[in-house]
Formats: sequence, structure tokens, C-alpha cells
Amino acid sequence: MLHPFLSVEMSMEEKVIEIKNITKKFGDFVANDKITLDLYRGEILALLGENGAGKSTLMGMLSGINRPTSGIIKVHGQKVQIQNPRVSNDLGIGMVYQHFMQVPVFTVLENIILGSEPIVRGRIDYKKATKEVEEIIEKYNLNISLKEKVENISVGMQQRVEIIKALYRKANVIIFDEPTAALTPQEIDELLVIFKKLCDEGKSIIFITHKLKEIKQTADRCAVIRAGKIIDIVDVQNTSEEQLAEAMIGHKIMEETKKVDHDYGNNVLNIKELALRKHQDLVSLQVAAGEIVGIAGVDGNGQNELVEFISGLKKFNKGDIEIVGSKVKSKSIREINELGFGFIPEDRQKTGLVLPFTVANNLALKTFYQPQFSSFGWLNNNAINSYAKKLISQFDIRTRSEKTLVEDLSGGNQQKVVVAREVANHPKLLVAVNPTRGVDIGASEYIHEQIIEQRNSGCGVLLISFELDEILKLSDRILVMSDGKIVGEVNPTETTSEELGLLMAGENNE
Amino acid sequence: MDISVILVTVFSTTLIYSAPLILTALGGTFSERGGIINVGLEGIMIVGAFSSVVFTLKCSSIFGSITPWIALLIGGIIGAIFSLIHGVATVSLRANHIISGTVINLLAPALCVFLTRIIFSGKGQTPVINQSIGSYTFPVLADIPIIGKMFFTKTSLVAYLAIVIGIICWYVLYKTKFGLRLRSVGENPHAAETLGISVQGYRYSGVVISGLLGGIGGAIMAQSITLNFSATTIAGQGFMALAAMIFGKWNPIGATLAAIFFGLAQSLPIISGYLPLFANVDTIWFQIAPYVITIVVLTLFFGKAVAPAADGETYIPAK
Amino acid sequence: MNNILTKLRINRIVVLSFLAVIAGFIVGGIIMLIFGYSPTENYLNLFRGSFGDIYSFGETLRNATPLILTALGFSVASKAGMFNVGGSGQLLLGWMGAITFALKFSFLPGPVLIIGSILTGAIFGAVYSGIAGLLKAYFGTSEVITTIMMNYVAFYFVNFAVKKYLAEHNSDASPNILPKASLRSPMLEGLTNNSTFHWGFVIALVMAFLMYLYLNKMKQGFEIKSVGINEEAARYSGISTKKVIIISMLLSGLLAGIGGAVDGLGNYQNISVSTVLPDIGFNGMAVSLLANQNPIGIIFASILFSSLQVGGLSISVYSDTPPEIVNIVISSIIFFVGVKYLFEFILKRKETN
Repeated sequence: MLHPFLSVEMSMEEKVIEIKNITKKFGDFVANDKITLDLYRGEILALLGENGAGKSTLMGMLSGINRPTSGIIKVHGQKVQIQNPRVSNDLGIGMVYQHFMQVPVFTVLENIILGSEPIVRGRIDYKKATKEVEEIIEKYNLNISLKEKVENISVGMQQRVEIIKALYRKANVIIFDEPTAALTPQEIDELLVIFKKLCDEGKSIIFITHKLKEIKQTADRCAVIRAGKIIDIVDVQNTSEEQLAEAMIGHKIMEETKKVDHDYGNNVLNIKELALRKHQDLVSLQVAAGEIVGIAGVDGNGQNELVEFISGLKKFNKGDIEIVGSKVKSKSIREINELGFGFIPEDRQKTGLVLPFTVANNLALKTFYQPQFSSFGWLNNNAINSYAKKLISQFDIRTRSEKTLVEDLSGGNQQKVVVAREVANHPKLLVAVNPTRGVDIGASEYIHEQIIEQRNSGCGVLLISFELDEILKLSDRILVMSDGKIVGEVNPTETTSEELGLLMAGENNE
Repeated sequence: MDISVILVTVFSTTLIYSAPLILTALGGTFSERGGIINVGLEGIMIVGAFSSVVFTLKCSSIFGSITPWIALLIGGIIGAIFSLIHGVATVSLRANHIISGTVINLLAPALCVFLTRIIFSGKGQTPVINQSIGSYTFPVLADIPIIGKMFFTKTSLVAYLAIVIGIICWYVLYKTKFGLRLRSVGENPHAAETLGISVQGYRYSGVVISGLLGGIGGAIMAQSITLNFSATTIAGQGFMALAAMIFGKWNPIGATLAAIFFGLAQSLPIISGYLPLFANVDTIWFQIAPYVITIVVLTLFFGKAVAPAADGETYIPAK
Repeated sequence: MNNILTKLRINRIVVLSFLAVIAGFIVGGIIMLIFGYSPTENYLNLFRGSFGDIYSFGETLRNATPLILTALGFSVASKAGMFNVGGSGQLLLGWMGAITFALKFSFLPGPVLIIGSILTGAIFGAVYSGIAGLLKAYFGTSEVITTIMMNYVAFYFVNFAVKKYLAEHNSDASPNILPKASLRSPMLEGLTNNSTFHWGFVIALVMAFLMYLYLNKMKQGFEIKSVGINEEAARYSGISTKKVIIISMLLSGLLAGIGGAVDGLGNYQNISVSTVLPDIGFNGMAVSLLANQNPIGIIFASILFSSLQVGGLSISVYSDTPPEIVNIVISSIIFFVGVKYLFEFILKRKETN
């Protein structure tokens, strides 16, 4: 007979989940191809792969969102059919999605208990729920206010809600999908501490990411997925970041376009004492021609307002914005564009493109009204199409023709359409917001090249990104934004992501 | 005329006209809290009115004076069944909610008048019902001085019931598991699904409850106001209930209060004759007042922000 | 290759609409069978009553005229992402405006009188729906709710105005307009064996063609479509969404207003108090949905709907089937247009197999 304590010591050998030969097809597309993978008790397993490699699909089959086409999943040695999220729940599998699955208008407590509510005499027993949740909070040291509405708490706190949600459902396997994407370096550190704590309690963690550093920092093992297949499962201790990266993308990372040394020109963006929000400190900043200014900061600290004011999407009261010397306050969006303003939005499908339009029409979306494309109210479709042909070859957009609908292009090519449109007219000021979010490494290299090329040819660039690596790599100068104001300026060659992180969080911790 | 008599008249007429609106607006609240826009309330009321009238005419000899009350239930049940068309279209077949609601509004009068002609030998309207919901005097409460006469004497029992149902609906939506889950499905169906909540199931229940309550609402209209069924029995009350629901910010208590307000507005053209103050005003102004007020209030006090976040969104489950 | 793809896309829409129509007729047929009426006999009568002879055909086209215009109106708003449910109210106002002008300025020469009347109707309709556009653009008030409410306001107001200002001694209708203000012509009546077919149909065709050009070849049409498909992207690219919302709603009401005007000047020759809100606004919506908002498609869809309505009259003449069966068929068709996902699903299945 096994001694009860013995099994704890044996834990690293105990298989919690076994995935055997799992294949998942969506129509003809094979998202997962004969994947085999084990998860041990108390371990942190990293799942590394590019966007679209099939990580999320694989995890979707554990959480009951997707059903496998063929193959076997075993949990604690038992063969299981995870038909829906409830089954996954009952098997002790919890999932923390990249885009948190929360109801913003509900309180933290309501979000935690939703779907597993304790009942007393026909109504929800909030007392019992509070007690149970508070026990979890105490045990794992996950301090949070239960009465707050989720829409009013920070991203880091929202992630805590997700973790508590999983623990409340008695999960002993927790899957995290890109958990650090929107966190500050300090919040990431806290999260990694929570990971360790969870593992000490015998929980297992699967951790989906494309950030190599975090894998080195925390994971025990790392499974690399490429094009739906497991390429390798490695022991993290004995593998370098470079090896991991190569396994992920299948070839060595290419040589990058170099920034040329040059003197900056006049200011193409001049923001004077702008109030981003009511009753808040004023923001002033300048971007010179030929310079990339990076804005580092956690989502929701005033970046959206800044972009909306610069581009004319929203009108501001206090302060002034000048683009290439002209005040934009009373100008329409179109008039601002005509000053030489280019804009690469974060969400290309939502804000950058009209998907059911042709490539040509999308490329002309900002200029169709100008004399070369229309006269007396009539569009000149020939001119629009031949202009599109030119850009398609110039920017290497992979499309059958200029009349193909943008929705039929791949994600990377859609982003190229946006970039081509925004830089083709040689803007004097280019604003890019998380330009590489959700695109694969190849496409993100391409976009970085385009941004650097614009800078080299004398365009001023304002780069807003939540990815510190991106900011550090591209910027000539970094401004840190927190709580609606600029809290610091650093030189990218002299700073570290830790220092940036402290600045980013500085105001929030007070 | 004595001021107290005027008040009593205003009050009881308002209540009578409120009752159908309250129930239908509550129905709309359930549907939209679950994320399904329901502009088909008008059609659902028509079906409820029709079925209750037919039931009363055919069965009053069996059930006697209790017939109208059973007829309300029949109206509700038929309304619920009819609303399934909207449910199937929007939840399972991913139709645009407004198109589907419009279908309900087009289909209901056509179908009901069609059936009326079949049942009542070619006539486009039914005979008048012989049992209806009359006024009701509360025992004991009616004896309270002043208040008793105003609120509890010869008044509309269904209206009071409707208000009670409004409170129950609030309790269900905000205090029970069902309510929390229904609202979660209307706010963020993806989140709900990851927690093992059946998005489609809850959306269907929201729609069916709206059919049940809307059907009762239509039945009340027929059983206490028009007393027969024709193509004009329901003339915009469904849309007004929809407005009351929005007015009440998708909250059952708010919807109930808004419906009472619209009941007052609707009763104005009727009672203006009794009121010396309004005697010389054209009834047109009373007729258009509720609609204009709705637009003005919607414009001034809230745009679109307060609707459930996923209201009107088609939810496509993963495979 | 690419041309074939786009063609297939268009054909798919035509196929879907066609399937929806068939399915609607089948539902109607089943209902008739259930209640013991003969679908074949009734559908035959329906066809006879709408296309059977030149007179019926003239009536069908006449009845299609306001449908085309309200459908065009609904479409242009819908292209901009607006759901204008207020076609009925806008049509009523257009009708009243045209008849009022025709009656009050009857001293003008015929062509001027007709153009003035139609313009008045157009402006009445445009201003009325423009209000909903303004509220949407500047306050975000849902146009669905405002146009529904404004339908009832228009209904009560027009009834009131007709009775108080246009009707003679306590009657419920205005006097008839002078023949010189009418859109009817002996030539057209002669052509169609004395039907009520009038010039309004030609106006509707011209408007459909103009809308086609406007939406597909003109700058403003491009802006409207951009906003309708992706308002945010349109706004980011510098298109004024407020302007587009207001313009599309103005145009929408303008077209419905013209619909009311030509129906008043060509068909009714006067305006009377109505007992219910005219359902033509909703039918225009239905036509537009069936035609997938394509202006040319709308012409055919309108004629189809009109034939159902006109032919439906003869259903009850030749049998005791209630005429409402036609509206059941119509709403079933829209139902199937609405759930086109079902057909898309079936078509896809067929293709992959």
C-alpha cells in the first residue's frame, strides 16, 4: 500500500493530462496535426509558437471549446471526452484566456461564481460565495476587492479574477493563454510568483506564450509548436533562447534594417499642455522629423485619448496639438490627414480596413475623394485600380489582383495593405499603435522595417506599444506614460525593461 | 368636476392602459437581457390577443366568469410558442434580430386575421367577448379613507398583478442564478460559454419568456380594453412597450414605471374629455405625445450606452 | 479568375433570394393545405390576377411603384448601416405634401404643378427622416426606435391634418387633384386596358437607376458603403460619419416621400384619413431585404411582391381562401431571407460534397 505522503513526493512523475495523437481540422485546414503531449503534476509547461501555430486550438480542446477530430485525451489516466466547458471544469481544468472572459458590468464576485453559483432558497447565496472566495484569496495571497465592478479594475486585477475563478472551480490544471501580454514587468513578476505558489500546492500550469525570456524564467519544460505540429519538447534549463526561437519560426531571424544616424529636423508633432482627461496633469511632447518616439505604458493610461486627440477622432478642450506646424484643434480628420498624417491602428480589421471592399478600394480609402481619383462626385475606378497595382508590387502584398476582397487575404497581407496605404504618401508624421499585435514574426519584422525606413527618410514616428521589447528596439527616445501623464523620459540605449517597468507602475503603486 | 373624481378617473384609466404595456415591456426586458433584440413584441401581443379572444368566445360556457383569466394564460402560452419563430431565427439560424422581429410583426396580423376568417365564417374580426376582465374593488383596502377610494375601489386588478410581476421579474433577474446567467449571456456570451453556461439555451429562454409575457400583455389588451379581436386590436402597444423597456434601462422595475407612464400618456386622449383643462385641446396632441416624449427622453437622457453589451449580436458557438 | 469569383458571389445572392421565395410559397401552400384550400388553384389565380392579362399587369406595375421607391429608401439608409423602419411615416408625409401642393397651387401649369408636388413630397419625407438622422448623428439615439415612434406621429398627424385642413365639410378625404396634376395619362391607360398604371412607375425606374449609379459609381456612395460596413474604419480614414448618416437618412426619406407623392398623384388622386399605418413602409423594407439592397434587384423584387398583393385580391374573388394568405407568404419569404445562413449552410454542404 502506498503511503499517502509518498504520492506527493512522487508527484513529478504523476501524469495529470495525456494528449495522444490529437488532430483537429476546421474544414480542410489542419490546425493540430497528431499532437502528443503530457503534463505532470506540479510542473509549469510552456507552449511556444507563433500566432496561428495551433496553440490556442490545442488548449481549446482541453477547455471544451473545441472538439478534436481524432485522438485521445486522458485526465488522471482516464480517457475523457471533453464535450463542453462544464466537463472540462469538472475534470479540474481551468483556463485563463488572453482576452479575459469576464462580464464588465458584473462585480468581481459575480464574475467568479458565474456558472457555479451556490444557491439558498432559490436565490444566489452571496454570503457563502464570499466566504469560499475569501478563503481562496487568503490561501494564495491574491488580494482583491470583491465588490468592485470588473470594468473598473486594472488589467492585472482582472487577471487575478480569472485565476480565482479557476481555483474556485477546484481546478488543478490551469492553462494561461499569453498571460503577460498586457502586464507591466512588475505585474509579470507578481504573476510568476503566483505560478510558483500554485505549483507548490500541487497544481499544474500550461503557459502559452511567444516570449522566450519568461519561459527561461519560469517553465520546467517547453513544447514548441509550428504549423500545427509539435516540433520539439525541451528541458528549459538546457536550452538557449536562440535555440527556442529557431525552433519556433523554423529559420534564423533575419538581419534587420538599420537605423541611419542623422540629425532630426523640425518638430512634426508638437503637443502643448494637453489635458488627456478631466482634472488631470497636462501632457506636452514633441516628435521631430526623422525621429521615433516610443510611448511605453500599460494599456488604459491615456494612450487611447492621446491617439484620438492627435488624429482628430475626438475633440479636446485644453491645450494644443500641432502637426507640421498647423494646429489641429478645429480640423476634421480628413484635414488632419492632409497635413501628412499616417496612422497604423492596433486593430486592423476593426479600424484599418473595410473587409468586404477590394484591395484597391481599401488602398484608396483615405484618398478616393482627391482629384486624381474622382471628379464632379464620380469615382475614377481606373485610376484607383492602377494606383493599387503600383502599391501591390511596391509593398509586396500577396493578392490575386487589386480587385480581390481584403477579407480574402491573410492577416499579414491585410496588415500590409494598411501599412502601404498609410506610408505610400510619405507622411510627415506616422503614429503606430501596437503595430505588431497579433501578427506573426515574419509580418512583424516587415512592419518594423517599414517604420524604420520611414524614420530614415525623414518621417517623425510616434510609436505606442505595450510590448517593451518593441519600444526598446525601435525608439530613439522613450516617454513613459502612466495615469494620463508623461512620468519620465529615458534613452533606450541606457535603460532596461525593469527601469521602464518601475516608471510605468510608479504612479499606480502609490 | 370634483378634483378627487378626476384623480380617480386618471388613475384607474392609467392603470387599465398600463397593464398590457407593463407585461410586454417586462417580456422585452428578458429577451434583450439575454442578448436578443425583440422588435416583434407587437406581433407577439397580436397573437396573444387573438388566442385569448378565441378561447373566451369558445370556452366561456365551460369556465364561466373565470374564463378571461384562463384566456390570459392561453394568450401567454400561444405567445411563447409563437416567439419560438424569433428564437429559432435569431439563436439557431443567425438571422438579423430586427429582420426576424419584423417578420414576427408582419406574420402575426396576417396569420391571426387569416384564422379569424376561417373560424368566424369569413369575417375579419371576432364578435365581442361575453366575459371580460372588469373592474375590481379590493376588500378591506377599499375602506381606507381617501386612499381606498383612489387606489383600491373599482380599479384594475390585472394592473396590480402586473406590478407585482414586475417586482418578481426584478428578483429573478438580479437575485437568482437564472437571472445572473441570463444577463451574462446578454453581456458577454463568450465568457458565459467558457463557464459552461448554455448560451443558446438561455437565449431561447429569454425569448420564450418575452413571448409568454408579451402574449399575456396582448391578451390583457383584448380582455379588458378592446373586447374583441381585429387587425387593429393592437395598434402600436408592442412598440410602446419596447420603448418602455428602453426607457426603463432594461430593468424590470424601470420598465414597469415607464410602462405606467406610457399608460398615463395613452389614457390622456380618453380622459382629456373629462378634464376641463384639456377640453379645448385637439386630441391629436395627446395621441402623438407618448411617441414624441419617448424620442425626446431617449435623446436627452441616454443614447445607446445602457443596453446589454451583446444585445443584437449573433453568437456563433465554436466547434 | 477573380471576375468569376465576384460573379459567383452575386449569383449566390440571387440564388439565395430565389430559394427564399420558393420556400415562402411552400409555407403558404402548406398552410392552405392544412386548412383545406387548394394551393395550386390559389397560386394559379394569383398569377392570373397579377400577370394574366395586360390590365392586371398594369395594376401590378402601378402597385409596385411606391414599393420600389420605399425599398430604395430603406436600402440607401441600410447601406450606411442605418435601419430606417420609418418608411410608412415618411411615405404618408410625402403623400400629404404632394396632394397639398397640388391642391393649393392648382393655378400653376401642369408640368410645374407635378414637379412642384413631387418635390414637396420628397422634401416632406426627407425632412422627416432627416430628424431621425440628426438625432442618430449627434445624440446616438437609435434610429430604429425614433423611426418607429415617428411612424405613429406621422399617422396621427396626417390624419389630423387631412381632416382639419384638406378635407371638405366633415368628410374623411381631400378633394381630388386636377387632371393636369395627375400622373395618369390616357396613353398609359390605353396601353394597359384602362388600368391605373401611371408615369410614377417610370419615375421609380429612373430613381432606381440613379441610385445604382450613386451607390456604385459616385464618391458619396463609396462613403456611404464604407460607413455602413465599418463605421470605425471609415471614420479613421477621414470620412465624416455624421455627414454620411444624415445624408443617407435624408435620401432615404426623400425616396419614401417620392413614393408617397407619386402614389398620391398617380394612384389615389387625393388623400384620405387612414385607419391603420400603411404597411407599405414595412413591405418596402421586405423588398429591399429580398433584393439584398441592390437597386436593380429591387425593381424585380417589387414587381414580385406587388404581383402577390394584386394577385392576392383575386384569390378571395375566385375562392373563399382568406386574402391574408398572401401576407403570410410575404412574411415567410422575409423569414427565409433573414435566415439565409440556413441556405448558405445547405449550399456549402452541396459544394463540399
